[in-house]
Amino acid sequence: MTEASVNLNNGGSMHEGTETVLEPTTTAHPLTPVFTRVVRVRRETKDTWTIWIERPDVYPGHRPGQFNMLYVPGVGEVPISIASSQRESAARIAHTIRRVGPVTSALVALRKGDYVGIRGPYGSHWPVGSAAGHDVVVIAGGLGLAPLRPAVVELLKLRRKLGALALLYGARTPEDLLYQRELAKWRQVLDFQLLVTVDRGTRDWHGHVGVVTTLIPGISFDPSRTIAFICGPEIMMRFAVRELLSRGVPPNQVYVSLERNLQCAVGFCGHCQLGPKFICADGPVFPYDVIEPYFLVKQL
Amino acid sequence: MAPDEGRAETALLLRKTRFQDLLDHLVQAGYRVIGPTVREGVVTYDEIHRVEQIPRGWVDLQEPGKYRLRYDKNNPFWFSFTPGPISLKRYLFPPTQTLFRVRRDNGRPRAEAVIPDPPRYAFLGVRGCDVRAVAVQDRVYIDRQGQFSDSYYAKARERCLIIAVECQTFADTCFCTSMGSGPQVQSGADLVLTELPDAFVVRSLSDKGQAIVSALELPPAAPEQVAEADQAVREAAGSMERRVDTTDIRNLLLRNLENPRWEEVAKRCIACANCTMVCPTCFCFTVQEVTDLSGENIERRRVQDSCFNPEFSYAFGTIVRQTVSSRYRQWLTHKFATWYDQFGTPGCVGCGRCITWCPVGIDVTEELQAIRNSDGERGASA
Repeated sequence: MTEASVNLNNGGSMHEGTETVLEPTTTAHPLTPVFTRVVRVRRETKDTWTIWIERPDVYPGHRPGQFNMLYVPGVGEVPISIASSQRESAARIAHTIRRVGPVTSALVALRKGDYVGIRGPYGSHWPVGSAAGHDVVVIAGGLGLAPLRPAVVELLKLRRKLGALALLYGARTPEDLLYQRELAKWRQVLDFQLLVTVDRGTRDWHGHVGVVTTLIPGISFDPSRTIAFICGPEIMMRFAVRELLSRGVPPNQVYVSLERNLQCAVGFCGHCQLGPKFICADGPVFPYDVIEPYFLVKQL
Repeated sequence: MAPDEGRAETALLLRKTRFQDLLDHLVQAGYRVIGPTVREGVVTYDEIHRVEQIPRGWVDLQEPGKYRLRYDKNNPFWFSFTPGPISLKRYLFPPTQTLFRVRRDNGRPRAEAVIPDPPRYAFLGVRGCDVRAVAVQDRVYIDRQGQFSDSYYAKARERCLIIAVECQTFADTCFCTSMGSGPQVQSGADLVLTELPDAFVVRSLSDKGQAIVSALELPPAAPEQVAEADQAVREAAGSMERRVDTTDIRNLLLRNLENPRWEEVAKRCIACANCTMVCPTCFCFTVQEVTDLSGENIERRRVQDSCFNPEFSYAFGTIVRQTVSSRYRQWLTHKFATWYDQFGTPGCVGCGRCITWCPVGIDVTEELQAIRNSDGERGASA
């Protein structure tokens, strides 16, 4: 999650001429949000909440893996991946937000009925539609489950058209696991391999302990016909990709979702560049073969 | 017909004694004239009304990390200087702009877009490099295949008039001929002026430019005058010493992301961001939330930013480009490699500003050549 930062300002405003103020609906600059209401807030973990907002009339609808810019007046704006599928509800949109800086702190402090600014959706999506006929391996690390959740929801609706379906999910501790009731429900789904691991267990944790890549040997899939969606910390994605490729999953069937500093979300402010790619507009979801030359270069 | 012949046929003559008429006409036509003028020891762009404000006879000396001006009273030429630190970016994409203000109706917030109304600028004395820089910026701000169009830039651009003056002298830092952006101006301007000791050869490249010359009722230039002016520009172009070998430069840089040269240059680079501020094509901006103490008056601004600032790459709780070498690499590879992927042109126009205004005199052309000379070497990663 990116916090808006304040830095270079080479002098005063050069904004000359007069200004005309118009209503935002028609000719707004692409960086102008609309406001909508929070309809539900649910605490997920000690530092993470899921916030459902009313879908604004002008909001065009989204696909799994895309993100919105959420705005709190007087505080700032941050990119947040969309945690719900339109196939669950067309009227509300979920965002799962970890409290890390001023804007995310203000967002998670919102309550039902409060207003929040939104613009979006932005970016590329998980190619759920092209998963038909494939084995599907979804690998999530930490908050990386949030943008994968709508993909899982839609994959489950497509279940009969898929081969094997697996979700591997790793969190730091059992207390950091998101969507716990939903995970419990997914465990009951037949023919859905759901494996969960934590980096550090607790006394009442009887599950797997270790990094998420150690779960890969525990699932069955046919590498050559597998499509994989991966989201999590970059180090985890590197290892997960390496493991899948070494098992023979073709690199163009592995999709990763990347994060960089995002401020405009329309490929313009320049912060999110990774080599020639704007993460906001060309990504955040990339086929691995496309992004590999840049993904592997440190500090690019 | 040779291109020069076509140029000659339509060339007109503006005597220096009538230059004030041009300025007056631009003002009458509703333009705010922005031209070169001397201020604070540099040739800068500013609003001008009188021909005396043009730095006639002034000559600049530019070297890596150095800029000096000297006045030569015997110099009959009015435009004997090369680009100063300010480019048209300052006017077309101002360093600070308000995007919207937040109002409340019975508690419900509403974002009121601030629709900018830029003046009609007439940019006078624009050099080939800066004319090209505007064309490069057009691709960034307007021509994004429907992705995004910046309303302020688009409007300012549509309203403006560009009067170029072809260079006949160069600073040591200039390399426009390598980037194909000068000194001749073939497109991108409305009027192109080429200087003679007592007059300017004037060519119109657009309807807007044509309207100006028609109103001034300029006489045609004599073929000898046109030939003399063109010859002077050609000779000057041939004398430019600084060069960049742009052969396959995109791939050269992208296959050298881990070249040890990035660490070499980082030993000198102080990440001050001067190069990005003076660069006429650098477009990165950050956003600021501005609010008063009551919290009732809130506006969102965008402010010029630089990839040399550490926070520029802040993401997932860390700074992605921790080292200066990684930031220098980002800047240089963006200008000369990934800009091609993103916008179909190089991001550099060869104006040399980043060389002059680098406080430690880092020379972009030298760095590019060093990468070429050590193509394929790998060091510790940036």
